[in-house]
Amino acid sequence: MIKGRVWRFGDDVDTDVIIPARYLNTSNKQELRNFCFKDLIPDFSERVREGDIILAGENFGCGSSREHAPIALKEAGVALIIAKSFARIFFRNSLNIGLPLLEVKAGLDGVEQGDEMEVDLKKGNIFVKARNIALDVRPISGLEKELIEEGGLLNYTKHRISRGETTP
Amino acid sequence: MTMTMTQRILALHSGKEEVRPGEIVEARVDLCLANDITAPLAIKVFEELGVGKPFDREKIALVPDHFVPNKDIASAEQVKMVREFAKKYGISHFFELGETGVEHILLPEKGLIAPGDLVVGADSHTCTYGALGAFATGVGSTDLGVTMATGRIWLKVPETLKFEYKGRLRPFVGGKDLILHTISLIGVDGANYKTMFFTGETVKGLTMADRFTMANMAVEAGAKNGIFEPDEATEEFLKGRTNKKGLWLKEDPEAKFEKEYFIDVSSLGPQVARPHSPANSVEVEELKGTKVDQVFIGSCTNGRYEDLYHAFQVLKGRKVAKGVRLIVLPGTPAVYKQALQSGIIEGLLESGAVIGPPCCGPCLGGHMGILAESEVAVSTTNRNFLGRMGHPKSLVYLSNPFVAAASAVAGEIIHPKYVLGVKDD
Repeated sequence: MIKGRVWRFGDDVDTDVIIPARYLNTSNKQELRNFCFKDLIPDFSERVREGDIILAGENFGCGSSREHAPIALKEAGVALIIAKSFARIFFRNSLNIGLPLLEVKAGLDGVEQGDEMEVDLKKGNIFVKARNIALDVRPISGLEKELIEEGGLLNYTKHRISRGETTP
Repeated sequence: MTMTMTQRILALHSGKEEVRPGEIVEARVDLCLANDITAPLAIKVFEELGVGKPFDREKIALVPDHFVPNKDIASAEQVKMVREFAKKYGISHFFELGETGVEHILLPEKGLIAPGDLVVGADSHTCTYGALGAFATGVGSTDLGVTMATGRIWLKVPETLKFEYKGRLRPFVGGKDLILHTISLIGVDGANYKTMFFTGETVKGLTMADRFTMANMAVEAGAKNGIFEPDEATEEFLKGRTNKKGLWLKEDPEAKFEKEYFIDVSSLGPQVARPHSPANSVEVEELKGTKVDQVFIGSCTNGRYEDLYHAFQVLKGRKVAKGVRLIVLPGTPAVYKQALQSGIIEGLLESGAVIGPPCCGPCLGGHMGILAESEVAVSTTNRNFLGRMGHPKSLVYLSNPFVAAASAVAGEIIHPKYVLGVKDD
């Protein structure tokens, strides 16, 4: 179960906004967390708390392929991103690093910034008490589920190699 | 069952007779690539997998191009890490400063991609190689690290959208205008997860440079890949560059497309995308008079020889307006050399341009031309997101090289015909 406060965003949040390119001269994950939404919400990384949830509109994560974007969000404490749709590279990057995503088209428009939300990914339940919302969505399944359960593509591939399912 | 070109390439690379849209396949990769920003994370993943060596040292390309020549200590450390990795495993295609250039111009120039290839790159503009009839898509660093180890990648088979262009292009209109116009029609997520198949009489007459520009920006509509049927122009481009035979697929006339767009371009003028979205394009005439502080000509979208030549046609014998900075970065050392030998570089210098080394430069706000607060740039690049080229309050307009050069001369956004004193019909 994921429990956290909601951060609201609109449509087409691009990866340059999630982490501007001038901060990409490092691959140190702990450093990257400090630059989340640096231009849009300069104090985001100080205000975000472990377990917080991003709730966005269409095409979240469009633009560059920088994996630094989901890494920065995850390291900052974001536990889940819910959006009406995701840009494809951001989608696979997030799963590949074990950051869960949920695509939810409708039913959450009334949720506001700062609302407490509870999400059960396996059952596909979303609760927002303050808004009387109890929503059933498609639970994650298939490869998506396997990647999240393994904590990402690295562990998933390690285990596949050890089981002889893929060869280096 | 009939399959689109993209679906056939995916089937062939995953050992299947046929694949269906939505299906997840594990595909064999012909080439994988990363740059100085994305490779370090990929290298960490590769080393953590502990497989001992890459799947094929000939099929990995590492191109430092984003923050080179190293812009600061941190960037220098990143390039050093990539260099040492390449040396440790004998990676054939590591490009040192002096050989390196903008990855998506450099790798086709070196003949590393053939039609029918499956290419993944830790850079969103990897889709550029679709111009050659290859399947090419951008991925992240973890994907790339795993691919360097296994030679394989998981991919969801995409639906295909068909874009058929007809009509003769007007002067000063090319691939950049076609793709900007197309993105404005379908939006920045209009092709999310999908293939954009570019075809029609107009496209068949396009140069390879124009096709690269179009395929390059497929990702700005969210596409997984953009693809063209390889033809005589492709053959001419590849001559002398590669020994790869390639797989010269044509689109199956029976292939099923999710949607078909028919676009008549005979009345289309040069397009300019307003801030802060590549989907915000309008006719250049609508923005006439917009004051400009900086013009950038270069990038994986428009840093090829043809692009520099187009800029030169406008700038030759003219001066950049007072108070305007014109930055030109030839895409690769070979582009630079060709432009030098043909007199383009000298002409641009005489106009007042500054010529920089082959790299991504200011496109992503890296270095070599960052914008200050409220400054306005016309740029031949691919993204004009908030803060993309510098200060969050700077403004970026995207255009083709003719319009960029003309705007540098006029000091404001302008149709090149006014600067050149010619008609455009």
